[in-house]
Amino acid sequence: MSKDIRIKKGLNINLIGDAEKTTSKAVLSNVYAINLQDFHGITPKLIVKQGAEVKAGEPLFYNKNVEDMLFVSPVSGELIEVVRGARRRILTLKILADKSQEFVSHAPLSPKSAKAEEVKALLLKSGCWPFIKQRPYDIIANPSVTPKSIFISAYVTSPMAADLDYALKGKENEIQAAITALGKLTPGKVHVSIGKGGQSIFSKMEGAEIHKVSGPHPAGLVGTQINKIDPINKGEVVWTIAAQDLVIIGELLLTGRYNPERVVALVGSSVKTPKYYTTKIGSEIATFLYASGVNTENFRVINGDVLTGSKTKPDGYLGYYNNTVSVIPEGDDYEFFGWNKPVFNKISSTRALTFSWLQPNKKYDLDTNTNGEHRAFVVTGLYEEVFPMDIYPLQLLKACMVKDLDEMEQLGLYEVAPEDFSLTEFICISKQPHQQIIREGLDLLYKEIG
Amino acid sequence: MSLKNNLHNLKEKYKGKKMAPAFNAIHTFLYAPNETTHSGSHVRAVDDLKRTMNTVIMALVPVLIFGIFNAGYQHYAAVDAANGVVRQASLFGNFLTWENFIMGAWTVLPLVIVSYAVGLAVEFLFAVIKGHEVEEGYLVTGMLVPLIVPIDTPLWMLAVAVVFGVVIGKEVFGGTGMNILNPALTIRAFLFFAYPTWMSGDKVWVHQAVDLAGGPDAISGETILGYLAQGKGAEMSYSVADMFFGFIPGSVGETSTILILLGGLFLIYSKIASWRIMLSAVLGALVMGLIFNGVVDAGWITETSKFYGLMSFAFWQHLIVGGLAFGIVYMATDPVTGAQTNKGKWFYGFFIGFISVLIRVFNPAYPEGVFLAILLMNVFAPTIDHYVVRGNINKRLKRAKNATILPRDGEGKAQELKAETV
Repeated sequence: MSKDIRIKKGLNINLIGDAEKTTSKAVLSNVYAINLQDFHGITPKLIVKQGAEVKAGEPLFYNKNVEDMLFVSPVSGELIEVVRGARRRILTLKILADKSQEFVSHAPLSPKSAKAEEVKALLLKSGCWPFIKQRPYDIIANPSVTPKSIFISAYVTSPMAADLDYALKGKENEIQAAITALGKLTPGKVHVSIGKGGQSIFSKMEGAEIHKVSGPHPAGLVGTQINKIDPINKGEVVWTIAAQDLVIIGELLLTGRYNPERVVALVGSSVKTPKYYTTKIGSEIATFLYASGVNTENFRVINGDVLTGSKTKPDGYLGYYNNTVSVIPEGDDYEFFGWNKPVFNKISSTRALTFSWLQPNKKYDLDTNTNGEHRAFVVTGLYEEVFPMDIYPLQLLKACMVKDLDEMEQLGLYEVAPEDFSLTEFICISKQPHQQIIREGLDLLYKEIG
Repeated sequence: MSLKNNLHNLKEKYKGKKMAPAFNAIHTFLYAPNETTHSGSHVRAVDDLKRTMNTVIMALVPVLIFGIFNAGYQHYAAVDAANGVVRQASLFGNFLTWENFIMGAWTVLPLVIVSYAVGLAVEFLFAVIKGHEVEEGYLVTGMLVPLIVPIDTPLWMLAVAVVFGVVIGKEVFGGTGMNILNPALTIRAFLFFAYPTWMSGDKVWVHQAVDLAGGPDAISGETILGYLAQGKGAEMSYSVADMFFGFIPGSVGETSTILILLGGLFLIYSKIASWRIMLSAVLGALVMGLIFNGVVDAGWITETSKFYGLMSFAFWQHLIVGGLAFGIVYMATDPVTGAQTNKGKWFYGFFIGFISVLIRVFNPAYPEGVFLAILLMNVFAPTIDHYVVRGNINKRLKRAKNATILPRDGEGKAQELKAETV
């Protein structure tokens, strides 16, 4: 059964630097790294010591709160460095890769006949579990809670994000295996959203309810889709999984190996030839960044898309959840009378001497300048134009800022993740850090209520 | 280039110092800052608060220029009238003249300068004391204030009112974005109640009318609402066109309905001001006006009633006299003090229009009901929003109550799992 979802509110951010549809194999990275900031809310406990030899798929650490939840090495090699921050918090684990790769082997599981407990146990011990995230709180799913349903978005509307239909081509078997297996973990449905019109490899998947989505960004964000398909109520839990991670889960089920290989889109106006690369989670970004080349000295490398990614450097490492690396110019320069002259080369959600509304399909070359300073919330009614959920965005943000737990709950904080506020943050006239406000609100709610 | 670098060096030098906010305010006025994104979205839309405020100011400039000409025009018209000459307003004939402009500029520009100088000084002072950046809120307030006061308001009075309005109306609540009452209207209300003789009557709307009162050259200029309130509607010599185009006495910026209308359309088109508030306020005013007209038509009150003059005034003409149009377009749409939810804006706007006409008609002492109506609704805006947001909350609660996790058809396994783990 298929249902159509039409999103009207939103804004497409068209940027220069979409990836050309060709894929190269990235140079193998010498050092791989697992960045622990990727796993929000996890308290890591190291299993192996610095200097130890590990195989690909061998656990490096576990989650102190859920001891079954293992995090594994993407490659076989030596754990050469444990980077620690303030109060000895572990920030990054670096692994020097061996020349020949050895994998930890698990017994393959037939997705159709496997029991729920078997699937769960395999995902946990193989290190694939962290791919599953849960709402509320937008954290790695708690394996002891059964979700009401599972949501997967295969519709991409984020600016310059990897085209899933291209990047995941040829992986239909793995994806089908993963969807079938995940279906065992919920008494509800597995919802998969695809773009309306286009051909999607997801449209033929069995054991999932396919939804056809159309409309501007954030129609492709899974939070928007959940809100339209089956909103989360207080007490309920749903799981979300990024479409590209189904491939890794599927391969694990079929072969018994954790193979963190991924097709990554290298995009952005600072990249000379934006295109796709096959690489692994934790690879050094420089291994493919300089293969495409950059056209400026002063650029920013972002793990993920420009709205939700995290800032990194050319010698940073591909994030655990990212299939896009964006490179855009830094905007650390002044602009003469930037606040009042007519603007043709930047995106705006108003028409206050800004003319991006004249050409909705024009592609822009945006830099990282904030285009103004941080202010108190003043203007109202603009967020609502790009926020399709049945939630009052301004009121929810304010509830989070004043730490009013009751109000946060009542206004629907359970339903959202920080990424759902990336677009309101983008257009925010007061330049407020929406995603950070929501993240802190979620953390507070998790701490106080759990 | 060198100016840019010099300013950058100065900014770095004074970073963290007490006066840094004051310097930055001037710096960012010249150059959009070099700040880059640190968290969340790495790119941002071009709009900032300065641009938003600037757009409102642009919408106010035509009104200000018209106000300058009208100040001169009304003065000379009143002088003529005192000599028994009746003037017929004509835009290019006797309105857009140097004479009018010089007379108007001489009286209006000092109001603008005092309003900005005093208001911004207070803003800078608070920014420096509290160590935050100077926020742009006063850019619009400072422009609104001279447009809503009578032309001959003494400058010291204006200065005192601005200090009161900015400190009590805004800064004590935490500055821009936190205030409950519209600061410009707080200033207007302060003037009105502190110096009532200067704010109403038939002498304050025309330049020099007060100075010349009682003398041989005495002139006067009653507003249309003043005439009506006194039941002297028949003595008025203004046509509907005069009212619409604005060749009538009144506060500096409020008279020209057509320019206010164009300004309002510009604000709606640029998405800066809420069309919901404007439209619903117009509807509210029309509804109230119609009710009053209906009362008169039904014969419930007679010509002897002191309300007859204003009640019998054609309902739609309420929109083109007095400050109603100005208030609706530029004051009611203030996003900070207005309702913040889209649904709430409909109620908020409607009641502003409705109550404005109500006060106007029933209280001849305050022919200008608009600013009181807006201030009143400012106070009620959070309540309106509260009920709108409650609606959303209740919907969510109801949904949660009806929620049941459906078992999947034909698969006992899933239910089994649920039983184990929940």
